[in-house]
Amino acid sequence: MNRSGIVGYGTSVPRMRIKVGEIAKVWGKDGERVSSGLGIIEKSVPALDEDSATLAVEAARVAVEAGKINPQKIGAVFVGSESKPYAVKPTATVVAQAVGASVHMTAADLEFACKAGTAAIQACMGMVASGMIEYGLAIGSDTAQGKPGDALEYSAGGGAAAYVIGKPAESIAVIEDTYSFTTDTPDFWRRQHEEFPEHGGRFTAEPAYFKHVVSATRGLLEKTGMKIGDFDFVVFHQPNGKFPGRAAKILGVPDEKIKQGLITPILGNTYSASSMVGLASVLDVAKAGERILMTSYGSGAGSDSFWFTVTDKIEEEGRRQPESVFEMLKDKVNVDYATYAKHRRKIKSL
Amino acid sequence: MAQLLPSVWRHIPERYSLLGSHCENCGKDYFPQRPICPTCRRKGKIVQKLMPREGKIFSHTLVHAAPAGFELEAPYHLAIVELKNGVHLLSQIVDSDSEAIQINSPVKMVFRKISEDGKQGAIAYGYKFKVVRNAAAASKPGKPVGKQSTSSKK
Repeated sequence: MNRSGIVGYGTSVPRMRIKVGEIAKVWGKDGERVSSGLGIIEKSVPALDEDSATLAVEAARVAVEAGKINPQKIGAVFVGSESKPYAVKPTATVVAQAVGASVHMTAADLEFACKAGTAAIQACMGMVASGMIEYGLAIGSDTAQGKPGDALEYSAGGGAAAYVIGKPAESIAVIEDTYSFTTDTPDFWRRQHEEFPEHGGRFTAEPAYFKHVVSATRGLLEKTGMKIGDFDFVVFHQPNGKFPGRAAKILGVPDEKIKQGLITPILGNTYSASSMVGLASVLDVAKAGERILMTSYGSGAGSDSFWFTVTDKIEEEGRRQPESVFEMLKDKVNVDYATYAKHRRKIKSL
Repeated sequence: MAQLLPSVWRHIPERYSLLGSHCENCGKDYFPQRPICPTCRRKGKIVQKLMPREGKIFSHTLVHAAPAGFELEAPYHLAIVELKNGVHLLSQIVDSDSEAIQINSPVKMVFRKISEDGKQGAIAYGYKFKVVRNAAAASKPGKPVGKQSTSSKK
């Protein structure tokens, strides 16, 4: 396989947070039980003037800067999201213009529930490896919706992660291989014109998340001849704080290898950005030669699994994002349910 | 706002990326863009130039009585920002604690939604600024969490 790699990366998260306990209080639930059951302490709350386009732009600007590339050489911009500001009109064009890309490029928005961002990475990989483009920008960005009172409301957060994909020689992490596992499984969806998504409750676990995450990860190992123990860091899609740990147990990954990439407990589920923010957190600390395995999951359903090998370019000045994911998450302000309801326009008149 | 759509579109380079003007004759920068240099007049040579995205607060106020379209955001901070090249511009200050918004506080540009033409109309995006929380912390590399494995390499 002609290879490609991550040349630059960046993440962006809203500043506001709401504690799971604060949401539980409104619906008459035991906050501590809900919080420990989901493994989520708090989630991010996008402000009135934030949406998946603004978060995507912020992440993309960091990625382009850390990649030290000329944005005019970007040949493709793909934004994966399930919370687009426009139903029809691409977010990718907003991002392309804002990062200073040229007009001589292709762009599109992708949708595959929580894995559209990793599908964007794969699209860029193919275009870079085939020589169609020099750099591709792959973004996962969401301001996830959760129906008031629904289980999803405790986890649906907002955030974005952006990756500049380019040639291996310029990369801070080479993408050695990828493998996808896809079936038609209706575990979570949002129908046309509906405001909030619906889900199959417990059906979202075994036949959906675990089947796809485990199958894609095992598929990648089989395809590459690698063993799970060969990887220094493992990142899974994280709809809550518990599922990645269970997937790790099934696959024989010790907890300490998933810790660095497990962000949902303090950020919430950022949907298309979820596993990609986790990967960014790993790149914040990874050293040359270390191997990273990432497996995304998108309801509907499918998983993309990747093997990255970190190169010595990561040690060069300014090649990591200037502020690590964990550092970025320290800058926060916790809000009450009323403020959250206003900013997420959950009040009927808004 | 539908009739202003061409105007929103025309301002995209300015509002997304702070694309201003520079006079090659006198060396002055201008934002928003100008067709002629007010100092050099006919001798001036105006070209486009990206403005720096960092600066400091020159003056600020808190808006309680917001104009139409901004009611939900009130009260919000509005500031005259002095960019690093000395250019002044007016901007909302977001993502910052009120006590951090002071004259001379360092700020940097962020990308936000400015306004929208109702629920069905177009969305105008552009710049706002935020106070740089801690200039030193902002360039700190990540510290690993948990114990790192020491698996042997293949």
